[in-house]
Order: sequence, then structure tokens, then C-alpha cells
Amino acid sequence: MELSDLTIGQAGYLLAQGDITSTELTMAVLDRITAVEERTKAFVTVTETLAMEQAEAADRRIKAGDAQPLTGIPMSLKDNMSTRGVVTTCSSRMLEDFVPTYDATVARRLYGEGAVMVGKGNLDEFAMGSSTENSAFHSTHNPWDLDRAPGGSSGGPAAAVSAGEAVYSLGSDTGGSIRQPAGFCGVVGLKPTYGLVSRYGLIAFASSLDQIGPITRDVADAAIVMNAIAGYDRRDSTSIDYTPPDYTQSLGKDVRGLRVGVPREYFVDGMEPGVESAVREAIRVLGDLGAIVEETSLPHTPQALAVYYIIAPSEASANLARYDGVKYGYSAKDASSMWDALEKTRQEGFGPEVKRRIMLGTYALSSGYYDAYYLKAQRVRTLIRQEFDEEFQKFDVLVTPTSPTVAFKLGDKTEDPMAMYLNDIFTQPANIAGVPAVSVQGGMVDGLPVGLQFTASHMQEETLLRVAHAYEQATEWHRLRPNI
Amino acid sequence: MRLASDEVRHIAALARVAMTDDEVERMRGELSDILGHFDTLQQVDTTGAEPTGHSAGLETVMREDVPDASTPRDDILANAPRTEDGFIRVRAVLE
Repeated sequence: MELSDLTIGQAGYLLAQGDITSTELTMAVLDRITAVEERTKAFVTVTETLAMEQAEAADRRIKAGDAQPLTGIPMSLKDNMSTRGVVTTCSSRMLEDFVPTYDATVARRLYGEGAVMVGKGNLDEFAMGSSTENSAFHSTHNPWDLDRAPGGSSGGPAAAVSAGEAVYSLGSDTGGSIRQPAGFCGVVGLKPTYGLVSRYGLIAFASSLDQIGPITRDVADAAIVMNAIAGYDRRDSTSIDYTPPDYTQSLGKDVRGLRVGVPREYFVDGMEPGVESAVREAIRVLGDLGAIVEETSLPHTPQALAVYYIIAPSEASANLARYDGVKYGYSAKDASSMWDALEKTRQEGFGPEVKRRIMLGTYALSSGYYDAYYLKAQRVRTLIRQEFDEEFQKFDVLVTPTSPTVAFKLGDKTEDPMAMYLNDIFTQPANIAGVPAVSVQGGMVDGLPVGLQFTASHMQEETLLRVAHAYEQATEWHRLRPNI
Repeated sequence: MRLASDEVRHIAALARVAMTDDEVERMRGELSDILGHFDTLQQVDTTGAEPTGHSAGLETVMREDVPDASTPRDDILANAPRTEDGFIRVRAVLE
């Protein structure tokens, strides 16, 4: 096996044994980037010099006997997480030259563990999209089929993990932006409970929905990364005051007697037959492992899309009001007045999808429409939350497809915003309710990975990891790597 | 529902985004299409359902007011489009 294909667990073992150094591992990953990046375009910025410095520091730390589980392991961060001294673009012209003056809490925590950052991953501009085609710089290509989208908005971070360009990545998930690309790229993507991982330094999209989480090659790695990033942060006012458990303790436990619900609203007309059969087969595996599987219903599921596409753009329209071309970011050159400069800066600095969402949100919040759209969506949000609460009285986890299809062709949905939005119908409910969910490799259809999603109640990441790991270990899908 | 061009221009003005006539027309079609999909929400019975702002169930958080190191001025200014004598330069607010 190539060094660049190792999991965190495998690499950590070899580093601890002294069989490899972080410098060797990091060089192997950087060589891999050099070899495949032209085809995947997973990164906005590759931070080769920083990575080699961090690798040397990690090697000294390992030698001194001071290693943590992530010490010396190369990773990538989605380019909407602030990194001091490293340009952070959000894949937007608006922030093309923006250099943060501080590190996001997640970056600080990973650096504190001795992590090695190889680069900043490409995304849909301001994390708005489901294919990474809304990046202002370039589209990312799915390592399993370069003509297809990697999903989005964390398409770069997911493609990097899939293609061996990073051992793991951090993504952010507002309506599925970790799980959907993880599913499309055949890797693991976990969206934690809202408030479990600090959002400090994450460039805001929709603050009541955004959450950072790991993208990894297997479930055990997701547990290791969660141990490093979860926990209270006084710099995030929505951070939950909670001391997280050791998530690796959830691994290797059986699922006998675990109550698994299968909501029928997640098997809809128009979903790919291959996806449905793969997920049905995965559900059979869970039954064989001793889980008690029952069909159930979440009747408000079809409303989640409208709730999401009112609340997220509304919050975005407020969050993105800060881009005025004065303090930082793009600034229009030829303007006759302050107002003219402001309006031109935003016309030229934002791409079409970002403008669409700012417009949608502004409309939903505007006088005369606020009650009918924004307030109504917030009320239906309550119903969706309550529905999940009731289900989790009966079930430990819910199992569903992550997306209705496998990875689609690049360009297929770029002309039809609504078709693109429909990609996220199975992932948005977890953000609306704030509950944790994970996508794991659940099969293959015509050479493309199928995402299998587990959802659990608030703060039940341990249950989530337990069932995801048991399923993963009972199947061989997680061992597959794209041939790139 | 179909938005009128003037409505799109009004929203764009509220959002402070300049738009060409072509952009207005394109946005009019796309927003109308998207908003049409949201009509299903109006049929949901939300009697007695309070609005949810966010899901963490937290109250406003307070912290101790203690001085801390602030970001160096030059780091901040390095990102500013226009600076002068250690300040950020802005366009005239009053005409």
C-alpha cells in the first residue's frame, strides 16, 4: 500500500513504531498531490512549505515521546476555515487575497495536536452548492470518475481524502456539505450535533445550521478526529458546555438489540434504483448483525427543502452583508460614490449562486414577506425537530441513503438551480433539527460509491459511530480506492 | 408565483447588489421558480408551533469582561483595499 493511502490509525501506528517519519509521510502525500491534482483540482491552495515545517516539528515531537493521535498526519482544511497567514478564499473572488489574522478554533486544535496541513480544499463559493462547480476558481473532479462532480460544498476536501491527497480533511456542513460529497467520493463524512464543534473562525454561511466535522477514510478515523475537535469553546456563543467522551471507545462494539428506524419518506420517486437496492442491502446487513430494524415515518421530511432554502439564504443574506469592500476583500475600482462602490463590489465580487441566495434571503426577510416565509419556516423547523425527538424515543438511529443518486456529471445541473437543490433532500433535515449524522460507504453502483447515512439524537455521536463502525467492519466497501 | 422586474430591482437594492437588466431578468425567472416550490409550506398546520431560531437550546451567553491581546494593526491593514497613514480609507459618506 502507498503511504498516501494509509488511514490515520495505520499511519499513527507506523509513526509510533518509528517505521516511517512524518517528513516521509508528508512528502508522499505532497508527491501524490503533484501526481493527481491536475486531474482532481481538489485544492485552492497547496501549503507545501508549511506542511514540511510542521512535519519536521512533528518528527521532533514524536522523538520526544510527546505524540498525540494526529501528530504528523497530513490533512486538509476546507477553504472557509480561517488559517493565520494562509490565504482563505471561500472559493470566492470576494476573498481571493484574504489572509486571516487568526486561526479558526479547529485549526488551532489540530495544530496543537501536531497536525500537518497540506492545503486548503476547494468548495462551492461560500459553501453554497452541492457540486463544487460554484467555486469561483475551478471545479473539482470526482476521483472515481473525473467527468463527475465530487458533490459539495466540501467537494475539494472529500476528493482529496478519496484520491490520497490528504489522510483526512475537515469540512463544514450546512445542509449536507460534508455528508453528500463524502458519499459521492466513497469516504466517511460526519456532521456533529450543532454546537459540539466550535464555529469560531469558520466563515459564516448560515449560522444556525453550519457545523464543522471530519471527512476520513474510515469510521475509526472519524472518531480520532472528533476527539481532537469536539468540545466547548468560549469564542463561539453557540458552543455547548460539555466534555466530550473518548469517541474511539464507541468502536468495535456490537449492535445486537440496537433499534434502527427506516423512514419511508427517504425512499422517494425519482431516486436511483441502484441507490435504493444498495441501501436495502445495507439494512439487511444491519439486521444480520442483530439490530432490530423497523420501518417508520417522518411525515414532515418533504417540507425540509423549503424550510432549508428559506432559513439558510435568510441567514446568509445577513452574514454576507459584511462584504462591503472597505475593511477587507474585493473592492470595486471605478465607483462614483460610497453606495455605488458597495453595490459594484458585491456585483463583481459574488458569483451567481451567492447572489441568488442573498436575493432569496433578502426577499424572505423583507417587509410583507417575513411572516409568510421566514417565520413560517422557523415554525415548520420546530415540527421537524419534534418529529426527530419522537422518533428517537423509539429508535437509537435512523438509516437512510445520504443522497437520492450517485455522483452526477459535471455540468448536468448547473443551469437549473432547483435540480441542484434537490440533491440535499436527505441531508438537510439533520441540520434543521441540529442532530448528528454520518455518511459511510454503503455500496457501489456502476463503479460509483453510494452513501449510507445514519442519524442519531442530539449528542449521540457515540451511538452513531458505534453503528457506523459495526456496519463498515461487516462490509468491504471502505477498502475500495478510486483508480486514479 | 411570478415576481415582477421591479420587485427584483427592489430586493437587489435592499441587498446592495448592482444588477444589469439581463441579470434582473435571469434572477426574476430563477427566484420565481424557487419560490414556487416553497408554497407547500403554507399548507403545513403550524398551530401552536413556536419558531425555532437555532437548535442548541442555548440562552445568550455572557463572559467576563477582561482585557486580552488584540490583533496587530498592521495585520488588519494588510487586508484593507485602501489605507492611508495607518488608517482604512473610505469613500465620502456625505455627498
